[in-house]
Amino acid sequence: MKILPPVSIEARRLLPSRWDLLAAALVLGFIVAFADTSRFLIQPLSMISGNHLSLDPVLLPGYALRTGLRMLLAMGVSLAFTFAYATWAAKNPRAGTLLVPLLDILQSVPILGFLSVTAVWFLSLSPGRVLGAELACVFAIFTSQAWNMAFSFYQSLRTVPEDLTEAGRMFGLSAWARFWRIEAPFATPPLIWNMMMSMAGGWFFVTVSEAISVGKTNIALPGIGSWIAVAIEQRNIPAILEAILAMLVVILIYDQLLFRPLLAWADRFRVGDDQPDDPPQSWVLTMLRRSRLIDWITAPFEQMMRWSYRWHPPHFGLRGAMREVDSRLADILWYVLISILGLLCAWRIYAFAAANLTWEDLGLTVWLGCLTMLRVVVLIALASLIWTPVGIYVGLRPRLTQIVQPVAQFLAAFPNNLLFPLVVSVIVAWKLNTNIWLSPLLVLGPQWYILFNVIAGARAMPKDLMDAGDNFGVKGWLWWKRVALPAVFPHYLTGAITASGGAWNASVLAEVASWGNITLHADGLGAYIIDATISGDFRHVVLGMAVMAFFVVVVNRLFWQPLYWLAERKYRLV
Amino acid sequence: MTNLLEVHNVRRSFPRGGGEELLVLDDVNLTLKEGEIVGLLGRSGSGKSTLLRLIAGLARPQGGTLTYMGAPIEGPAQGVAMVFQGFALFPWMTVLENVQLGLEALGLPQAEIRSRALAAIDLIGLDGYESAYPRELSGGMRQRVGFARAVVVHPNILLMDEPFSALDVLTAENLRTDLIELWGNRKLPIKGILLVTHNIEEAVLMCDRVLLFSSNPARISADIHINLPQPRERTSREFEDYVDKIYVEMTARRVERMRQTQAQGASAIEMPLSHVSPNQISGLIEALAAAPYDGKADLPDIAYEQELEVDELFPVAEAMQLLRLADVEGGDIKLTHMGKRFSDADLNERKEIFSRALVSHVPLAAHIRKVLDERASHSAPKTRFLDELEDHMAEDTAEETLKTVVSWARFSELFSYDDDAAMFSLENPT
Repeated sequence: MKILPPVSIEARRLLPSRWDLLAAALVLGFIVAFADTSRFLIQPLSMISGNHLSLDPVLLPGYALRTGLRMLLAMGVSLAFTFAYATWAAKNPRAGTLLVPLLDILQSVPILGFLSVTAVWFLSLSPGRVLGAELACVFAIFTSQAWNMAFSFYQSLRTVPEDLTEAGRMFGLSAWARFWRIEAPFATPPLIWNMMMSMAGGWFFVTVSEAISVGKTNIALPGIGSWIAVAIEQRNIPAILEAILAMLVVILIYDQLLFRPLLAWADRFRVGDDQPDDPPQSWVLTMLRRSRLIDWITAPFEQMMRWSYRWHPPHFGLRGAMREVDSRLADILWYVLISILGLLCAWRIYAFAAANLTWEDLGLTVWLGCLTMLRVVVLIALASLIWTPVGIYVGLRPRLTQIVQPVAQFLAAFPNNLLFPLVVSVIVAWKLNTNIWLSPLLVLGPQWYILFNVIAGARAMPKDLMDAGDNFGVKGWLWWKRVALPAVFPHYLTGAITASGGAWNASVLAEVASWGNITLHADGLGAYIIDATISGDFRHVVLGMAVMAFFVVVVNRLFWQPLYWLAERKYRLV
Repeated sequence: MTNLLEVHNVRRSFPRGGGEELLVLDDVNLTLKEGEIVGLLGRSGSGKSTLLRLIAGLARPQGGTLTYMGAPIEGPAQGVAMVFQGFALFPWMTVLENVQLGLEALGLPQAEIRSRALAAIDLIGLDGYESAYPRELSGGMRQRVGFARAVVVHPNILLMDEPFSALDVLTAENLRTDLIELWGNRKLPIKGILLVTHNIEEAVLMCDRVLLFSSNPARISADIHINLPQPRERTSREFEDYVDKIYVEMTARRVERMRQTQAQGASAIEMPLSHVSPNQISGLIEALAAAPYDGKADLPDIAYEQELEVDELFPVAEAMQLLRLADVEGGDIKLTHMGKRFSDADLNERKEIFSRALVSHVPLAAHIRKVLDERASHSAPKTRFLDELEDHMAEDTAEETLKTVVSWARFSELFSYDDDAAMFSLENPT
C-alpha cells in the first residue's frame, strides 16, 4: 500500500494560491491567539512535576497501559476529525478550497509547536487537576496523527469509482447511505495504513507529549514518555532499556489486537478482482467472526444503521433552481465571512509581530532554517544512498522482507530520546562538533520510511520485468541503472518526501540532546523552537513554527513536487 | 541438422508445506533442431511455462539435463531470447531504449547498438515509433516491441511464452502471419523457435512439430508432426484434421485418468476438482441439447461455437463427465439421460438433479454434507476439510477443489458456506 505524499505535492501547482495564503494566515492567526492568551495563564503547577515520577519497574506496566490508552484515545479523536474534516472538504467544494491547503499548513507545523502554544490553555481548563494535562497530551498525540489520515480519507473520497457512485444513485441511496455503504468502505484500506503510520508518529513524539515543559511549568504524566524523560534526567540506563521493552510490547499488542484485525477485515473493501497472493490474516478477527456473542452485540447497531439508511433528508431531493439562487447567496456570504476572518487573522499576526518581533528575529530564524535545511538535505541524501540499495536487495527476497519489515516498522516508532545517552556520551568523550554529530539524529526515525517504500517498490516489481532483464543478460551497474532503480523510483520518492517532512519535524528532538545534566546544542530551527519553548518564550515559538512550516511547504512545492509528477508520468508501472 | 536444444529427463518440483514437494515437470524430453518451430501445447498450469523458464535459464531443474548448442544451461544463456505473454516492456524506456537494452548488456559499441536496434525496429514494423513509450502503444504494437527486443540480439533460439494470448483475435492473427512470413523468408536472424501455447489452432498454424503436455505432473504425451506447407489455411480439410486429432489426444488421456480415479471407490475425496461454475455447466448442457447437436457434439465444433478455448472447455467437459451429466469419448461429448433431464428442467428441478449428482458422484461433497448432518451445530470450519484435503494434494489445489465444491453446493443448496467466518453450515442465510 502506498503512503501518500503531503498535500502540497498532490496539489500539482507551483505557486501558492490565495487559498494557501489564507490557510497560512488562519493557522498562524490561531496560533498567535493561543500564544497571546497563554501568556496570562502560566502558573507553576507543582503537583505532577517530573521529579516525582518513580522509576520502579513494577509501575512500568501501568505506565505502558496509560500511554497505550492515550494513544487509543488520540486515535479515536483523529478518526472523528478525519471523518468530519475530510468529508466536509470532499463534499463541499466551497469548503474544500480552503480546507485542503489548511491541511497542508497543519501538516508542516512542527508537533512540538502545537503543544507549546496549547498546553497552557488546556491546563487552564481544569486548574490544579491532571485532566487538563491529560487533554493537552492527547491533543499533542492527535496533532502527530490526524493530518495524514484526513488527507488519505479526502483523497479516497475524491477517487471513488464513478460507477460505484452511480450505482448508489440508481438504487436511490441517500447521501448518508452512500457515504456508509460506498464511500467509507472504499476509503477504509488506505485509511488503515495511514493509521499505522500515524501510530508510529505518535510514538516518536511520546516523550514530548507526555513530559510537557513549558516555561516554568513542568509536567510529567505517568506514562512511557515521561519514564524516558526522567530516566534521561537521572542517567538511568536500565530504566531506558525497560522503556524500550515496554514500548515494544505495547506496539506488538496494538499490532495484534487492532491493526492486524483491521487490515484483514478491510481486505474485503479492496476494489478490483485481483486477489493478492497472501490476503492479510488475523486470529483475532477470525475469533470475532466465529463468535456468536459478537453477532449478538453488534446486531442492534447494524439494525440501527440499516434504519438510518431509509431516512432521506428532505432537502436532498430539491436540487433545482431554488438551490441555484441559494447557492450564489451562500457563496457571497461564505467569501465575505472567510475574508473577514482572514483579515482578522492577518491583523492579529501583524499586531503580534509588530509588538513582539524584530527584523533581526526573522533574519535569525531564516538563517537557522537554512542550517536545518542543509542538514535535512544532506542526511536524506545519505539515507537514500544507503537504504535504496538495501531496500531493493531486501524487497526482492520475500523471506528477508518478512523479517525486515516489522523491524523497520518498530524502528520508525523509536523515539530519538532513547539514543541520547549514547550520542551525548560519544560526542562528549571525543569532543566532537555538535553541529555535525547531532545531525544524524534527524533522520533516525524518518529514514525508515525510505526503506519501507523501497521494499514495497521492489516487491511490486513485476516478475516479468525481472525475467526480461535476466533473459537479456542485464547485469551489474546496467541492471541497477536501467531496471532496479527506475522501477522503485516512484516508491522511493514517496518515501523520501515523507522522510524529509519527518526530518523537519524531528529536528526538535535532534538539535538538542541531553543526558543527565549535560545538554548539547546544534544551531538550527529545531533547537531554536525547543529553547524558546523551555523558556516559555511564546513569541519566538510562534515565529520558529511559522518559519519552519514555510520552509517545509516551499521545499515541497519547489523540489519534491516536480520530481513526484515526473515519477508519476514516466515511471509508474501500469 | 544439429540440435539447438536438448532436454533430457528434466524434473522440477516446488516445495510446499510440511517438507513435501509438488512435482510440476516429470521426466520431460525434447529436442529443438535448426530451422524448426516447435509448439508446446497444454492446458494452463500444466507446466509448459515452467519448462520454458528452465530453458531460458531463469530457473534450475531438480533433475535431468538441459543443453543448448552442446553446453549445459546454467543460467540465462546468450543466444536464447524470450518473448513474454505480458510483453514485459520497461515502462520508463522508449521503444528504442527497450530494444537496445539487450545489446547494451552485450557491451557492444554505441554505434552498432543503434544501427542494429533501428534495423530490428524496421523489420518488425515499428518504424516511426522509436521514441514512443510503451504505454502509448496498443497491445499489438507492444508485443511487436517484445519481438524486436528479442530478435535484435540475433538469438539462436527464440522462446515465446503465449505471445498472442493477451491480444485481441484480429491483432493476434495479424502478428502470427507477419511472424510466419518473416520466418519463411528467412529474414529473422533466428535458428529455432519454441512456442508455448494453449491454443490448438495456433499450434497447428505455426509449428512444424507440436508436443502435447499432460498435466499434474506434466509429461510430454505426444509428438505430432504437422506436415503442411506454409502458409496454412485454417479452413482446409487437412488443417481441421490435425486440430481434431489433437483434441482427441488431449481429451482421451484426461478422461481416462478421471475414470480410473472415480473407479477407485466412492470414498475418494482426494480427487482434485478444477474450478467450473454451475453456470458454465448449465450453459454447455443447453448448447449441447439444442440444435444442431441434439445431445451429441464434436468437441472442437462446440468449442468454436461457444467461443471457448481448450483451457475453458476441457474443465467444463470433465466436470460434466464427473457428475455423469455427459460422456466424453474420443473427441465427442454426449449428454447422458440425466444431462437431458437437466436441460429440460426448470431451475428448482435442476438444483435437485445437481444436488443428487453431487451426493452420488462427488465424494467430497457427500462427505461434507455428512459431517454437517452429524454435528449438533450443523456447522464446521473450513480448515476441518482443507486439512483433510491437504494430506493428499498441494495447498492451492486443495483451495481450488474446496472452492469448486462450495460453488456447486451453493447452486444446489446442498449446504452453505460463510466466507467471512470460513464456516460451512446447513442453514441458509436469512
